[in-house]
Amino acid sequence: MKRRKERIDRGIRVRSSDVFALCSWREMLYLSGPRLLPVAACLLLPAVLGVYWQKVLLSVAVFALLAMSWDMLAQTGMISLGQALFFGVGAYGAGIMDHYWHLPPWVTLPAAALGGGVVCTLLLLPVLRLRGIYFSMVTLIVPLMMVRIIEATKIFGGTEGLSGMTPLPSRWVEAYVAMAVLLAALFGFRRLLDSDYGLVLRGICDNDRSVINAGINIYWFKAQALFLAGCVGAFAGAFMTHVYMFVGMPVFALDYSILPIAAAVVGGPGSFAGAVLGAFLLVPVSEALRGFGGLRIVLYGLFLVIFIVALPEGIFHFLQRKYHQFERWVEVEK
Amino acid sequence: MSTAPLLRVVHLGKSFGGVKALRDVSFDLAPGELLGVIGPNGSGKTTLVNLITRFIRPSSGEVLFKGRKISHLPPYKIVRLGIARTFQMVKPFYQLPAYRNMIIPLCSPRMKQLPGARYGDRDAVALDLLEQVGFERDAHVAYKPAGALPQGYLKRLELAKAIALQPELLILDELFSGLSLAEVAGIVPIIEKLRLDGMTIIMIEHRLKELFRVADRVLVMNFGRKIAEGAAAAVMEDAAVKNAYLGSEE
Repeated sequence: MKRRKERIDRGIRVRSSDVFALCSWREMLYLSGPRLLPVAACLLLPAVLGVYWQKVLLSVAVFALLAMSWDMLAQTGMISLGQALFFGVGAYGAGIMDHYWHLPPWVTLPAAALGGGVVCTLLLLPVLRLRGIYFSMVTLIVPLMMVRIIEATKIFGGTEGLSGMTPLPSRWVEAYVAMAVLLAALFGFRRLLDSDYGLVLRGICDNDRSVINAGINIYWFKAQALFLAGCVGAFAGAFMTHVYMFVGMPVFALDYSILPIAAAVVGGPGSFAGAVLGAFLLVPVSEALRGFGGLRIVLYGLFLVIFIVALPEGIFHFLQRKYHQFERWVEVEK
Repeated sequence: MSTAPLLRVVHLGKSFGGVKALRDVSFDLAPGELLGVIGPNGSGKTTLVNLITRFIRPSSGEVLFKGRKISHLPPYKIVRLGIARTFQMVKPFYQLPAYRNMIIPLCSPRMKQLPGARYGDRDAVALDLLEQVGFERDAHVAYKPAGALPQGYLKRLELAKAIALQPELLILDELFSGLSLAEVAGIVPIIEKLRLDGMTIIMIEHRLKELFRVADRVLVMNFGRKIAEGAAAAVMEDAAVKNAYLGSEE
């Protein structure tokens, strides 16, 4: 007897898909639960964690922002291998504004985010026409070039970097600024991609010639997506500059390009929530494995492989399916 | 016809390296006319479409639309002027449901330029358009992902996406290829209706019988050259055309 798995939408999902959902607390909770959960987590986590894990949380937020920025580009059909560029430009932007012009963090953070978005967009503008692996290769190379430029010309402190930045007022401000931006980016991006504007972006990924054929200038849309992703990535960098009170060449390191991709892939690409989930999983695991010394990267790699083999769709899509549907085995008719 | 031509193609040519895909093709198209383009495989028909819509850059010659040169404009600007096309190889957004596929042309800047453009619920407009091209309204088919649709529906979707732009010139690139006789019979009346609405149409087609039913004029191509032009019956009697289709007798 052959059997196959059948997936059926839960009754509550069907009931809560229209206006009648507003008549029942259960349905309203079903709809709002998945949205309230991350908000509650982000509000509570800084309060319950100790000093050390609070710092880890900042790192989580930074990688989550970079992963969302990667996901934004991926959904527009641009597979980037260079989130480090966004991160580094934002980090140096904030560093320069603080070190040379003595601006407070409340100015440098937003200015570095927006300015970083503009700079990254301008840097990658000439290669927007490239598709697939060609675009990826360029994004991989640009941050490495930045490192060499800084090293060779000794600008912005050269190999020594710039230090003595103004820190944020307290670790509570640090934590809640990070959480607020994380939530804003998560819900903002999700909403944007659900709109008709987002549909055009996803259309470019699916079939760019068909979008051109609708009279839409895809390069303008790609540039906008690049700017949004650049702003979020640059904010992450600017934020870290003020947390570490230092900015130097390591901000262009490969870690900031590769780990966000791993987070987005493990968490489930194409949803932003997956990118955040992935960062919340991978960064603490990486911290927890510190005790293993040299074996750390081996165990970390093993962990990644197991996740990708076991849940190729990503954690978020798996959870989403379980939340909305139930499964049962049915016999296949002959 | 005494009216000014809607589209003028003047000495258009394209070479890919040493290969001359299109050589010195010229023709005029009057408003409201339906021009059929026929020719054996590889004769340059699709290249002609790609040059008019500038998905590829012409090597020589120019294209004028309503008296204005368009062969230097990027393809998306040409669409905004009112030239829409379908692709021979359908290009839907496979991830999206069929009716969501229609939203992208409905978001087009072209829609904002049109006087009395349809505003309001884009989903409703999308479903209306799909119904026009033969998606049954009450069936589930318009809500299926485009990737799960059979070829016949994908071709209709391709047509609906072009019509959504309310073009003045519609270019159909082998819309009937890969369709069954019954499916073709379902689409021909849609094209006849578009003509009655005053749309100018260029149809590239291998199905001569169906094409001749709707075409005012036929242009025959072979090896990148225009070898004949005129009414369907006259063209098929032309010696060069017979030669191209049936081979020479020597």
